[in-house]
Amino acid sequence: MSEHSTSSSLKTYVAIWIALLVGTALTVYASGLDLGRFNAAVALVIATIKATLVALFFMHIKGSSEKLTKLVVISALFFLLILLGLAMSDYATRAWT
Amino acid sequence: MSDSQVAAAHGEVNNPALLHHFAEPQQQRDASSLGMWAFLATEVMFFGGLFCAYLIYRLMYFGDFGAASKTLDVKLGATNTAVLICSSLTVVLAVWAAQTGRRMMLVGNLALTLILGMAFLGIKGVEYKEKFEKHHVPGASFQFQEKIPGHPDQYANPQHAQIFFALYFVMTGLHAVHMIVGIGIFVWLLFMAWKGRFTPEYNTPVEMGGLYWHFVDVIWIYLFPLLYLIDRHP
Amino acid sequence: MSMATAQAQTVGRENYLNKEYGVVSWLLTTDHKRIALLYLLSITFFFFIGGFFALLIRLELLTPAGDLVQADTYNKLFTMHGMVMVFFFLIPSIPAVLGNFLVPLMIGAKDLAFPRINLLSWYLYIIGGVMMLHCMLTGGVDTGWTFYTPFSTAFTNTKIVEAGLSIFVVGFSSILTGLNFVVTIHRMRAPGMTWSRLPLFIWAHYATSIIQLLGTPVIAITTVLVAVERTLHLGIFDPKLGGDPLLFQHLFWFYSHPAVYIMILPAMGVVSEIIACFSRKRIFGYSFVAFSSIAIAVFGFLVWAHHMFVAGISVYAALVFSLLSYAVAVPSAVKVFNWTATLYKGSIHYDAPMLYAFGFVGLFTMGGLTGLFLAALGIDVHVTDTYFVIAHFHYIMVGGAVMGYLGGMHFWWPKISGKLYPEGWAKLAALIVFIGFNLTFFPQFVLGYLGMPRRYYDYSHMPEFQVLNVLSTAGATILGVGYLLPMVYFLWSMRYGKPASDNPWNAAGLEWKTASPPPTFNFDEEPVVTWEAYNYDELDTGHKQEVHVVG
Repeated sequence: MSEHSTSSSLKTYVAIWIALLVGTALTVYASGLDLGRFNAAVALVIATIKATLVALFFMHIKGSSEKLTKLVVISALFFLLILLGLAMSDYATRAWT
Repeated sequence: MSDSQVAAAHGEVNNPALLHHFAEPQQQRDASSLGMWAFLATEVMFFGGLFCAYLIYRLMYFGDFGAASKTLDVKLGATNTAVLICSSLTVVLAVWAAQTGRRMMLVGNLALTLILGMAFLGIKGVEYKEKFEKHHVPGASFQFQEKIPGHPDQYANPQHAQIFFALYFVMTGLHAVHMIVGIGIFVWLLFMAWKGRFTPEYNTPVEMGGLYWHFVDVIWIYLFPLLYLIDRHP
Repeated sequence: MSMATAQAQTVGRENYLNKEYGVVSWLLTTDHKRIALLYLLSITFFFFIGGFFALLIRLELLTPAGDLVQADTYNKLFTMHGMVMVFFFLIPSIPAVLGNFLVPLMIGAKDLAFPRINLLSWYLYIIGGVMMLHCMLTGGVDTGWTFYTPFSTAFTNTKIVEAGLSIFVVGFSSILTGLNFVVTIHRMRAPGMTWSRLPLFIWAHYATSIIQLLGTPVIAITTVLVAVERTLHLGIFDPKLGGDPLLFQHLFWFYSHPAVYIMILPAMGVVSEIIACFSRKRIFGYSFVAFSSIAIAVFGFLVWAHHMFVAGISVYAALVFSLLSYAVAVPSAVKVFNWTATLYKGSIHYDAPMLYAFGFVGLFTMGGLTGLFLAALGIDVHVTDTYFVIAHFHYIMVGGAVMGYLGGMHFWWPKISGKLYPEGWAKLAALIVFIGFNLTFFPQFVLGYLGMPRRYYDYSHMPEFQVLNVLSTAGATILGVGYLLPMVYFLWSMRYGKPASDNPWNAAGLEWKTASPPPTFNFDEEPVVTWEAYNYDELDTGHKQEVHVVG
C-alpha cells in the first residue's frame, strides 16, 4: 500500500471523478458528430482514457511500487489484444484473393 | 524476555486476522492483492471473448448493428455510466476512510455505493423491460423493423439485428450479474464495517472489494460506447 | 537438539495423513496435501471412465464394419472419451495432484496462498464431474469433444447445454488452481528461495498457471454462448441466421490450444526433476529450460487457428498461424536438448521414474515433430481429420503427459505415502506401458497417412485398414494392463510397502528435507535456502547442506 498525504488524495479522487464525468459527456457528444469511420476510434480512445484513469488512480496502480501488478494488467490486455487481433486477421483477409 | 517482547522482536503483530500459513500481515496483504489482480485478469479474458464476437459482427454487419444500437436509450445508458462513475468515487472514498480509520465515513460510502449499484440495476431493468416490450429480446418472439441509419430506404436485416441484441443481452447481462455479486460483496463489507472490523492496520477486504467494483465499472466504460453509440449522428 | 525431540522425530510421527481421521476431516480439509489426494482419487475415477470409452472405441474398430455399436452411439463414445480425458483427467492431473502436493513443499511454504480456495476448486471439480456423469448417463453428447457449431447448437439432440455447463464449472476449478499457484509462487517462497533457485517443476507450474488463468475464461464464455444460442435458437454461430461457425472455432481453440500446454508443461516439469535426480546432475541450461516454459505459455496463445486450416479461414491468416506454430516448437525443442545434455556424462540410474522420463523424452519428441508436419499447410490439408492427427496428439498426451504423470507419481510416492512402491513391478509396468503405447498409436500414424478418417466407426470402404486397427487395439489392451499395475501396487504399498525415509532417492529439493509423509505444516522450522537448485554434487559427496533455522 502506498502512503500519500490525505488531502491530496481526496483532491485527486474528486478531480478524476470529474474527469470521468466530463469524458462521458464528451463521448456522447462526439457520437452525435459525423466523423465517418473515426466515430468508433474516438469513442474507444475516450473509453480507454477513462479506463486508464480508473485503473491508475482509483485502483491505485499509479504510486504503487509493485511492478507485478502492472505486469498482470499488461499481460491480460496483451492476450486480449492477441485474441481480438489474430481473430481479426482471419476476418479481415478473407475477402483477399 | 517477556512473551510480547519476544513477539515484537520477531516482528509478529497480534493480529487475529493473520492466517496461520502467512509469516506476517504484509505477506498476507500482498497475497490478497496479487490474487485479486490475477482474478481480474481472468475477468478481462472472460468478457474479452464477448468483445471479440462483438467486434467481428459489428464490422461484418455495421449497418444492421447501427440500426439496432439506435433503439437503445442513450440517456439511460449515459445516466448509468454516470451512476457507476459516482459509485467508483464512493468506493475509493470508502477505501480511504478505512485506511485512515474513519468508521462513519467508511460506512456511509459503502452504503452510498450500494445505493448507486442498485440504482444502476434498476435503470438496467427499465431498459430491459422496454426491450422486451418492443420484441427486441432474441428468441422466438423477436421482431425488428428499423431502417439502417443513413439509409432511409433500407431496412436492417432482422437476423443480424438479433445477433446484436443477443450480444447486447449477454454482455450487459453478464455485467449485471457481476454487479449483483459486487452488491453482495459490499453488503458484507458494510456489515463488517458497521461492526468496526476494519482498521488502518487491517482493511484489505475493503480494498479488494474496491478493486472488483472498479473493474466492473471499467467494463461498463467500454460497453456503453460500443453498444449505445455506434451510429448516432444525424 | 535434545534426545527427546530426536526420538519423537522417528517413531509414530504425526503427519498429514494421521493427524485427523474421518471422512469429514478430509472433506473439509484445507491442507494442500490432503486436497491433492482428494484430487488423486477423483481424477483416477475419471481416467477409468475415459479409458472405458477408449476400450469400446478400439473394440468397435477391430472390424471394418460398424457392428459393435450404432453410429450415433459411436459418436457419443469418442465425444465422451475426449471430454472426460481432456477436462477431467489431463488438465487437472499433474497440477491438481502433484502440483498441489509439492508446490508449497518445494518453495518452503506451509500451504498454498489460499487454502480454502484450493478446497473450493476441488469441490468445483466434483460438481462439474457430477454434472458430466449425469449428462453421460442420460444420453451424453455426440458432437466430438470440440462441439463445433452449428451442429452442436442447432442440429443435435444430445445434452450439449449440460455438458457445456459442466465444462464451465470444471474450468473455474482450473482457474482457481492456477490463481493459487501464481500467488503462492510469487509471495510464499521461503527466505533465500530466489527465482533462480526454484526447481524447474515450479517454473513449469507457474507457466501452466498463466495459461489456466488467461485461457480458461475464454472457453467459459464460449460454453455460455453455446448454451444461450442453443436454448434461444439464436444465430451467433449459425450461418442460416447470419452467424459464423468459425467464430465458435476461434473462441474454442483460443483456449483449447493453450490447454494442450496446460497438459504438457507440468509433465515437462516432472521430467526435469526426474532426469536431474537420476543422472545426479543439475539440469543443463537451467535458465533456458525455465524461460522456455514461459515462452511455451506465451507462444501457445498465438497459434490456435492451426486447428482451422481447412475450416475456411483466410489463407493469409493460415500462413501467419503456420509460421507461429513452427515458432512454438522451438522452446519445446530447447527443453529436449537440455534434458539430453543433462544425461551426457551423468551417473544414470534406471529406476522406474527414470524409465518413464526416458519414455517421455522419446515419445514427446515424436509427437512434437509430427506436430510440425501438421503445421505445414500442404501436409495438413491431407492428414487433417485423419488418424495422423489422433496419433500426433496421443503421442503427446499419453506418451508425454501421462507418462510424465506416472513418472512423477512414482518419484514422489514415498513422500506422499511414506511407503516405497515395489521397484521390480514398477519397472515391469513402465515397460508394458511403453510397449502397449507404441503398439496402440504408431499404427495410427500410418493409418492416418494412408487416409483413414477419424471419428468413423465403419471403415468397410477400406478393409485393408483392419490389420493396423487390430494392432492398435491389441496395443490398447496391453496399455490398459500397464496402467492397472501401478494402481494395484500403489494401493498394496500403502499397507505392505517398506516405510520410506525422508529422502529415499537422495534427491535435491526442499520437499525431500522433511519427513515422508510430511507433517501437516510441512516443515518443523521454516527453511532458509542458501544453496542452488539441483545441488547433486554436494548431495553425492556426502556434504549435506544444513537447514538453518529461524530464531
